[in-house]
Amino acid sequence: MRILKYALRRAAQAVPVILLIMIGAFLLLKLAPGDTVDALVGDMGGADAQFIARLRAEYGLDQPVWVQLWRYLLKMASFDFGWSFVFEQPVATVLLDRLWITLTLMCSSLFLAFTIGVALGAIAARRAYSATDNVISTLGLVFYATPSFFLALMMIVLFSIKLGWLPVGGVKDIAAFYTGWDHYVDVALHFVMPTAALSLIYLAFYLRLMRASVLEVAELDYVRTARAKGAGEGRLMIHHIMRNALLPVVTLLGLQFSTLLGGSVVVETIFTLPGLGQLAYQSVIQRDMNTLMGIVFLSSVIVILVNFLTDLLYARLDSRIELS
Amino acid sequence: MTMPFRLVGPAIVGAASVLMAAGLSAQEEPRRGGTVVTLMSSEQRILNPALRASTGVYNITGKIVEPLIDKSYDGYVPVLATDWSSSEDGLEITFKLREGVKWHDGEDFTCEDVSYTAMNMWKELLNYSSTLQQNLEAVDCPDPHTAVFKYSKPMPLDLMLAAMPDLGHPMPKHLYEGTDILKNEYNTAPVGTGPFKFVEYKRGQYVMMERNDNYWRGEQYPYLDRIVVRFIKDKSAAASALEAGEVLESSFNAIAMADVERLKDDPRFDVGTKGYENNVAHSTIEFNHRNPALANLKVRQAIYHGLDIDYAIQTIMRGFAKPGRGPIPSTAGANYTDDVPTYPYDVEKAKALLDEAGYPEDENGVRLRLRHRPAPWGEYTQLWGEYFAQAMKEIGIEVELLTNDAPGFLSGVYRDHDFDTANGWHQFRSDPAVSTTVWIRSGAPVGTPWSNQFGWQSDKMDEMIDAAAQELDPETRAQMYHDIQAMAMAELPVIFAIEHPFISATSKRLRNHHNTPRWVSSSWYDLWLAEE
Repeated sequence: MRILKYALRRAAQAVPVILLIMIGAFLLLKLAPGDTVDALVGDMGGADAQFIARLRAEYGLDQPVWVQLWRYLLKMASFDFGWSFVFEQPVATVLLDRLWITLTLMCSSLFLAFTIGVALGAIAARRAYSATDNVISTLGLVFYATPSFFLALMMIVLFSIKLGWLPVGGVKDIAAFYTGWDHYVDVALHFVMPTAALSLIYLAFYLRLMRASVLEVAELDYVRTARAKGAGEGRLMIHHIMRNALLPVVTLLGLQFSTLLGGSVVVETIFTLPGLGQLAYQSVIQRDMNTLMGIVFLSSVIVILVNFLTDLLYARLDSRIELS
Repeated sequence: MTMPFRLVGPAIVGAASVLMAAGLSAQEEPRRGGTVVTLMSSEQRILNPALRASTGVYNITGKIVEPLIDKSYDGYVPVLATDWSSSEDGLEITFKLREGVKWHDGEDFTCEDVSYTAMNMWKELLNYSSTLQQNLEAVDCPDPHTAVFKYSKPMPLDLMLAAMPDLGHPMPKHLYEGTDILKNEYNTAPVGTGPFKFVEYKRGQYVMMERNDNYWRGEQYPYLDRIVVRFIKDKSAAASALEAGEVLESSFNAIAMADVERLKDDPRFDVGTKGYENNVAHSTIEFNHRNPALANLKVRQAIYHGLDIDYAIQTIMRGFAKPGRGPIPSTAGANYTDDVPTYPYDVEKAKALLDEAGYPEDENGVRLRLRHRPAPWGEYTQLWGEYFAQAMKEIGIEVELLTNDAPGFLSGVYRDHDFDTANGWHQFRSDPAVSTTVWIRSGAPVGTPWSNQFGWQSDKMDEMIDAAAQELDPETRAQMYHDIQAMAMAELPVIFAIEHPFISATSKRLRNHHNTPRWVSSSWYDLWLAEE
């Protein structure tokens, strides 16, 4: 009940935030030189002035910016995100078509990065300054220093071109017409390299942070007390150290969820995954305002949601933190 | 070895291997079946070639929707039209239409479709075509298989024929009549008469099409079961997809030049420029003549003399190009001449010309400062822009590069005229009247891309262009275009520095590929896939 009330209040607070983000994004995008019609005509290889003027009128781009903004906000109030002139489809359709791809990529990458990163970090900390620690830390440094696009390309060269094990890109093998389980296996195979490419850099983050955090917590008084009271190393690690050491890592998890969208642009482009990241990039290039605004909206909702969930998780991990 | 087609030109390398493959495949028996996956770098929004004249659209729809006439290496070939003629005065052009052709939905193809499309799409909505067809008054249908185009001013048959492969795709009237044409659902799910039927357009991923079992050319065509066009934006990803065998054909420079070089040596691929003769482009240097320095002919000549074109061809284009000779490329047939003034690389002469023009070196060795916008059309244009800046430094011109994305470039140059020099490429569309002369004819409204927004004005040139567009006699017409070319090279409204076709990398399993001068845009009815 308290959580519900808390959630409702957070939702109410989110409304003006999202509105501000939308207005800001709209005005910022309007500052970019050229509009949708310029991009359209550029792709067409040219057109005469009459044709261009007609397109501009049809898309409402001949109106002053504030009229365009007002019209957009009115539509948005009824959850109508408009029409994408680039995809010739409603923006909602375009976004929903791609949302699952990006969410799958983000969630699987974060999950992989978080679980493996936390585990490796904890192991490294428990064996601090040993050979194991050195290997893990060095590996983390390498992952951290390797740009995802480079990693992605190298993986393609090795696993697709040389070995022929994994598909180069796309979501599925289009010409194969798989059904049932074969289809899911095919899709999963297509996600292996993108997930790996996106997760390794984040894995390095969690690894470093977890290692430092465990080392710090392990020195605290209550751990010493617990040990003095005869708690075994395993119990000590899981009940006393991990739970507290996880707090900063969870903070990072919440923050990184939002930066992941940026990272996925590169990975989605290289692996030709038609997700939101690639869509955002393409929409900027083509000045597809409606789609872009839709993405901004969707991302702000996701970020607010994730922040809310992080706060809940926080309270769960540390009972001293209250939801208020 | 007999070669059934003309070579593009000795300067264009790499075509020979393609020719040899085509020669060999002629001895083999075509195989039925198979799926060909090909790639494109840009997403297409509308798949209706009667609304969007662009190679990106033809690339996909060419297999589904057919034009009245297509072009082969031996000239124009009948597709949906079987015969054509013009009246004495050039005011009427008559097409005989093929009988027994059916749309993919089973309806008959008749003159009604041609008439409807011509009046409502070609004349009203199709880019480039609305200029071409502006004097079109009506298309009469004396019988279901005869279409008579009526013009208020003479229309040269030559020009009409040259335009038809790109700007002459009829669409089914029964699916468009009475609807809002621009919003019609069939614009993204085209219904045509071609060898392949549209199946699915998955945005951001692919377009799929399958064999049309009732194709008018007969049961044996097409050979393929399916064609899938995948959208791959990233150039290295595109090259990897080719190398991994996931994609069998890449056209229009969808892969990086470094990969082109590499794949050229790979025995699995044919790499070359053949099949693009109809899509030859020029890498340009464009001047804003509103800048008094650039309005001075001597400065423009100096800039031309300061460019080492051969060096640029070897480094930037890796040899897949040749020096430009004005607005009309060497593949244009009778309309082309190379009897024009040229500007060989000569730094001293360039400096002398700048001195004469009144731009001596200042204490920093700088004569002139220019703000240059390179077009973001990929590798060629970016590198060419950077080369331009470097080359100009040699002759004392300091060039500041203003990089931007496509809408930024188009509005910066063509709408706001906010540049001194710019560079991009300009594609030739089979006849100078269709898209070439708009670059040097004055009078285009502000904001029209790829028109003369450079502020260059010459009444004489305008008159020559207008006269040539209505001249009926092919020989006189060709002579007029030679004059236009010579004047453009003498006055330099724009420098058409480098002529380059596009480059394809094709798996050798594909047979009968690149066998027409606009192959990527064509219907691929005779394309077949050899066993692995």
